[in-house]
Amino acid sequence: MNLDTRLAQIGNRRDPQTGAVSSPIYLSTTYAHPALGQSTGFDYSRTKNPTRQTLEDAIAELEGGVRGFAYATGMAAIAGVFGLLRQGDHLIVSHDLYGGTYRLIEQILPHQGITASFVDTGDVDAVEAAIQPNTKAVFIETPTNPTMRITDLAAVIGVCQRHHLLSIVDNTFMTPYLQRPLELGADIVIHSATKYLGGHNDVLAGLVVAREEQIADRIYFLQNSIGATLGPQDCWLLMRGMKTLALRMERHQENAMVLARWLADHPAVPKVYFPGLLGHPGRDVHLAQSTGYGGMLSFEVEHEDLVEPLLRNLDLITFAESLGGVESLITYPARQTHFDIPEEIRQQIGVTNSLLRLSVGIEHYDDLIADLSAALAAAEQEIGLKRR
Amino acid sequence: MSNLKDTSFATKLLHAGTQTDPVTGAAAIPIYQASTFHQANVDEPPAFEYARSGNPTRAALEEVIAELEGGTRGFAFASGMAAMSTVLLLFSAGDHLIASDDIYGGTFRFLTQVLPRLGIETTFVDTTDLKQIRQAIRPNTKGLVLETPSNPLLQIVDLQGAAEIAKEHGLISIIDNTFMTPYLQRPLDLGIDIVVHSGTKFLGGHSDVVAGLVVVKDAVLGHRIYFLQNSIGAVLGPQDCFLLQRGMKTLKVRMDASQAGAERVAQWLCEQPGIKVFYPGLPTHPGHEVQKRQAAGFGAVLSFDTGSEEKAKRVMARVKLPIVAVSLGGVETILSYPRLMSHSGMPAEERHKRGIGDGLLRYSVGLEDPEDLIRDLAQAFAD
Repeated sequence: MNLDTRLAQIGNRRDPQTGAVSSPIYLSTTYAHPALGQSTGFDYSRTKNPTRQTLEDAIAELEGGVRGFAYATGMAAIAGVFGLLRQGDHLIVSHDLYGGTYRLIEQILPHQGITASFVDTGDVDAVEAAIQPNTKAVFIETPTNPTMRITDLAAVIGVCQRHHLLSIVDNTFMTPYLQRPLELGADIVIHSATKYLGGHNDVLAGLVVAREEQIADRIYFLQNSIGATLGPQDCWLLMRGMKTLALRMERHQENAMVLARWLADHPAVPKVYFPGLLGHPGRDVHLAQSTGYGGMLSFEVEHEDLVEPLLRNLDLITFAESLGGVESLITYPARQTHFDIPEEIRQQIGVTNSLLRLSVGIEHYDDLIADLSAALAAAEQEIGLKRR
Repeated sequence: MSNLKDTSFATKLLHAGTQTDPVTGAAAIPIYQASTFHQANVDEPPAFEYARSGNPTRAALEEVIAELEGGTRGFAFASGMAAMSTVLLLFSAGDHLIASDDIYGGTFRFLTQVLPRLGIETTFVDTTDLKQIRQAIRPNTKGLVLETPSNPLLQIVDLQGAAEIAKEHGLISIIDNTFMTPYLQRPLDLGIDIVVHSGTKFLGGHSDVVAGLVVVKDAVLGHRIYFLQNSIGAVLGPQDCFLLQRGMKTLKVRMDASQAGAERVAQWLCEQPGIKVFYPGLPTHPGHEVQKRQAAGFGAVLSFDTGSEEKAKRVMARVKLPIVAVSLGGVETILSYPRLMSHSGMPAEERHKRGIGDGLLRYSVGLEDPEDLIRDLAQAFAD
């Protein structure tokens, strides 16, 4: 079955009693046992809830894994997976990853005796060179947030397999509609489902899918023991969002391509990061391992002073954190998502004070261009930028 | 209402955390489903930026629980275990903890199967005996994890005494206040540092929302827990926050009714031959006096030992009113079998050592008429 068909059918035919096409929301925290030692399969909602189960089965099927897990947020999902590590273990991570993951790795894992090396995972040799005797896992984002660097998934997963390391991929930017890392051999896929999967900027959620049973069992143990599970109403909202993922993604990336090209031609925009643009580093690798470019792009403005007036003069595009929703959002990574990363490292990975990240929504692209065009012009005028 | 300091608990329950919608004047807090919030000015971040970091519906709930517990800051989590596990990540590799030996099975599992992997060890002692707490302290002991009344044996820990030991030795004291709720017991007033709740139970009260809450008094501790809540991200969703706050509005009336029912059922059970009853409201209960001193009531949960697995199973098969299930604190009476439910995570040897016998049943009294519950138990006990 095709992926868009699977998406549209999420939760259908799950309720034999009523035939409800939209899966019911089970708020019950606990479940009566038919008799002692007998269970309906559901005992306590932290452990297992029918609505959450429907969602977890759906994401597992979409990503091609054996089992899915739903969490209160994307960070709760990542923290849940990091629970696989123990004191003394070492982790290799993409060096320009999401600020929240960076904070977890830099400020919480060290308390648990877990260390990490940040490397450019786009360079397979650098990944291999960073392996220590106690390295247990490699954590990858591709494309990365916000500079859209590409990692060759098959190559890095190959390194992981040779060295018996867990390979973990944050697939938030691509979604299973465009990229399925488990099919390339990754062990675990993580999502901030708050983003494209939910798609409406109205639900916080995290999802995890494991490729094989043994790891799934460990993840389940941690999910249940730590208890950072997603509530049933949020599970339902997320599934509702996922039903239109294919349509939304097509429109997001169509708009993103138009905007990326327009920005690349704008005199006040020296740099655009979008894997769909010719010349974007790693574009061929990205095309080989996915079926699209997604709806995220970043761009640098000519001068740092343009940022504040640009953001202020935007009427349509919302200045807010987060991404992947139907509404276009603009983010200032240096102050928001990547605030926790020290300036020196930020500069190194291209997250400069002139960089803006755009999550392109499903509005008409002409309106988005008009908004950006007017705000850029107003900003240039305000700071008195003279063009030769 | 802005100043609730001098109001009684019943009033606080209804009026804390509800001043949040000046635009419409809505009596109930709106459910803010937004994941993110527009920022008008890059240099002045708004009160709410991203819903994991802060959400208005969650903020209202967090304000209520802080007010009710007499703390300065509250935190809402995806489940009681998410609350407890986040708090326990205040500790670092090399630290040592002391915990009540008949603590909730889920907390026991986290302390024994998750934290040791991170280099954090726990010693379990009978915390009803303060001497045992003192004796277990090591140079690297950093925290004290308590539950009173405990689950499922309803043992009572002297909170003030335990808090003093913790202060003397620089330990962070943590108490799971789920069984009592702030209506009956306010540990922060007795010197405890952190209160944890499974909000799923009496606070929510309707067996329809899984949630956890944490409250602290100390600002530095509040800051550290906020850092962990935001970084680990095990927060409670807005619809669940709303449901929990809605449930809390009737906490006092529910607790009063359930507690009266529990007292009546406990008395009746005491009159039944071969049944051993665990309920702190009974004058014969070893913790009765301490409980009277530190709490305003005895709660609505009791346990009773039928003597054997066979008898326990017969009661479970025969009862008609309670649902046989895990969990507690709902409007419905819930009968649980700790051996196979809440304490299935605990090895049999450990369980027996803690006095959780194979015939033990836990009975969480709901809002049914106690005489109906007694008639139902009587027919279940009949030969």
